[in-house]
Amino acid sequence: MRKLALSDELLQSIEKPARYIGGETGSVMKNKDEVALRFALCFPDVYEIGMSHLGIQILYDMFNRREDVWCERVYSPWVDLDRQMRERKIPLFALESQDPIREFDFLGITLQYEMCYTNVLQVLDLSGIPLRAADRPQDCPIVIGGGPCAYNPEPLAAFFDLFYIGEGETVYDRLFDLYLSCKKGGCSRQEFLRRAAQIPGIYVPSLYEVRYHEDGTIASFLPVAEDVPAVVEKQVQMDLSDAPYPEAPIVPFIKVTQDRVVLEIQRGCIRGCRFCQAGMIYRPLRERSLDCLKEHADRMLANTGHEEISLSSLSSSDYSELPGIVNYLIDRYQDEKINISLPSLRIDAFSLDVMSKVQDVRKSSLTFAPEAGSQRLRDVINKGLTEEVILQGADEAFHGGWNKVKLYFMLGLPTETEDDRKEIAHLAERIAEKYYEIPKEQRNGKCQITVSTSFFVPKPFTPFQWAPMFQPGDYLGFAKTVNHEIKAMKNQKSIRYNWHHADVTLLEGVFARGDRRVSEVILEAYRHGALYDAWTEYWDYDRWLQAFAQVGVDMDFYTMRTRDLNEILPWNFIRIGVTKEFLKKEWQRAQEGIVTPNCREKCSGCGAAAYQGGVCAARRA
Amino acid sequence: MKVRVRFSKQGNMKYIGHLDVMRYFQKAIRRARIDIAYTEGLSPHMIMSFASPLGVGLTSDAEYMDIELRTPIASREAIDALNRVGAEGITVTGFWEVPEGKANKAMTLVAAADYVVRFRGGRVPDIDLSAALEAFLAQSEIPVWKKSKKSEREVDIRPMVYELRQTDDGAVFLKLASGSAANLKPELVMDTLFAMSGVEPPPFAYEINRCELYADTGDGERRSLTPLGALGREIL
Repeated sequence: MRKLALSDELLQSIEKPARYIGGETGSVMKNKDEVALRFALCFPDVYEIGMSHLGIQILYDMFNRREDVWCERVYSPWVDLDRQMRERKIPLFALESQDPIREFDFLGITLQYEMCYTNVLQVLDLSGIPLRAADRPQDCPIVIGGGPCAYNPEPLAAFFDLFYIGEGETVYDRLFDLYLSCKKGGCSRQEFLRRAAQIPGIYVPSLYEVRYHEDGTIASFLPVAEDVPAVVEKQVQMDLSDAPYPEAPIVPFIKVTQDRVVLEIQRGCIRGCRFCQAGMIYRPLRERSLDCLKEHADRMLANTGHEEISLSSLSSSDYSELPGIVNYLIDRYQDEKINISLPSLRIDAFSLDVMSKVQDVRKSSLTFAPEAGSQRLRDVINKGLTEEVILQGADEAFHGGWNKVKLYFMLGLPTETEDDRKEIAHLAERIAEKYYEIPKEQRNGKCQITVSTSFFVPKPFTPFQWAPMFQPGDYLGFAKTVNHEIKAMKNQKSIRYNWHHADVTLLEGVFARGDRRVSEVILEAYRHGALYDAWTEYWDYDRWLQAFAQVGVDMDFYTMRTRDLNEILPWNFIRIGVTKEFLKKEWQRAQEGIVTPNCREKCSGCGAAAYQGGVCAARRA
Repeated sequence: MKVRVRFSKQGNMKYIGHLDVMRYFQKAIRRARIDIAYTEGLSPHMIMSFASPLGVGLTSDAEYMDIELRTPIASREAIDALNRVGAEGITVTGFWEVPEGKANKAMTLVAAADYVVRFRGGRVPDIDLSAALEAFLAQSEIPVWKKSKKSEREVDIRPMVYELRQTDDGAVFLKLASGSAANLKPELVMDTLFAMSGVEPPPFAYEINRCELYADTGDGERRSLTPLGALGREIL
């Protein structure tokens, strides 16, 4: 029996002890004396969230294929255990070996959303790793960050030794080999970092110096030595069909958010929505071959015993072999009672037909993400979805027996007006009217339309990266406008409206486009108890406002300014393929309300073609 | 074909709650490629029911679940397949064909259970245990306040204690009524035992292992306890 890091008494006194015991089917055990490198892979949130993340499963599998590497997992202890660990001075441990993280060679932390930043500090703190990279001794694990938020790593620069910019499949082997040779040769920590900075995609924040203008904007961002590259290139796995993919993902004992097999059918997106960071940083679109997907699906279902498989991508309808994979799964697995879930599908005749086969029409709901209420604003954000398409999709769905519709919108978009916001209510009303056009005897009771809005946060590497945000009061005003307008609709009883907190949006905005000076705010807030900021029950805006005041950082500098097109942005040193010139052009076209065609319709010369593959290399009609 | 499965739940698996053990078997059965039957209807689920949920923190040598097979499989083969794909701490130890019908469901049949309660290191209570056990058994009635989710009422637990003795290594063995008709938890018996000796039991002192679950195969007058597994037949 594996000996656990936590005592029996402690485990029985906390919520869901299974979060901390490891031993799940598919978890990898090795002998620590027989490996040369130990990697602790962390998702800085609670187990059920972290275990649901595909990227971690891919890296875990890939790292453990190396005989000389043992990769284990670690998640944020929930608040109950967090308290106990601090009180009793119990060091944070990895799930597999239950050994302290402090003994590992690497601690890799994925950065999937900004609101997990205090949890990053929690993981370092509980591990006994000095929070500032500069304070770490030689024998301390190398702390490396990755994931979408690493595309602007600057607010976390003080806490990480390295960042990996881009997709993990490409240069980790090189990094590990370098580490092992440095370890053997007795190199210092600094020497290793210096050499690691030579590897494409690896960013070592301590090797760059930032100077600021008097107005607070960046004056220069330069490497401290000649052999440190001035520019860090995003890493892309061009051939996805050949890339490693887990055959036997870990099967958690407790129910996690994503309790199913996840099949990544493609990476990237052809759409080019101007608010969407994923749509830019994962360019170019690359598909996995149908044969490869069938094989992955079969193996993963057989090895996990999951009763559900979900297709994953940014826009599944754009996958060229979608009917092929969907029909394969239905034919092969319906008799084995395996559910097939198809998120991010455009609503059309094909998807409605497929959905009627794989789900219970009466219980399930249809999802549309128009993102903006008016056609004018949808053109501004380049969301190529017209009202006609939405209404037709809804109409077909209603005739097919559905009566639940979910609509997702953003508020606070660039150029947005009062009228655009009211249009959200009008669109919901027109969808409801479509439903009630169906003769009473043919329809299935009332329809339920759920409108949800979130507040737009400008993200790095998008055409909206220069855009200003709004004050919390403004955001709530926007939501009130929508709410009042919905209440004025004829079918308001069929329409429900949900909106989010506004203050958390602003903090997300600071972290998304912040620079190195924001590190101090995060540290200050953490020291005053900020943790699990993504969880409403632990979110405390006043604590954050105090932290800003305490360290003398002006929040509005990061949120309220319209950035100058020539300003050096904190993430300027990263190259993602998509050029700044393209983003500027898109920002200009947005203000003029001009739509840019998607990658399959016409190449707009974004710059991703430099990677020489994916949709950029495919023959366009 | 209706089948009864017996498994042990030991070691770190004691932290896995009842519903998660059920989820564990739903996935393990698929991994082992055992052709189980499903309910009809729009959201079919495996036909599977457990004899008696085991609380988090308890270990067990003999848990039982009943399943229904679409395609029969030999007992030996099924046990090997389930253990091959299983997690450390859960071991399938029996797989038998059992008669059809609601009256033969493990859940309906459970009438008694065996437990062994050990004291955690350093938490052995300061009483003469064998004298206390003797005194307990000498009572003809032991009224105890029993809490349920809705109410609290006084119950005589004495008739639900079928056996109570000290084992050679200083633990306590209990055979208690279990199931829907009468159900008694070992913690309650132990707490009562200490209360009768005027001692507060040390906190977090018990380490409880369930050893067996029984059906009452007696004639209604006299109790005759048979392990749930013994009611089935090996599939060859």
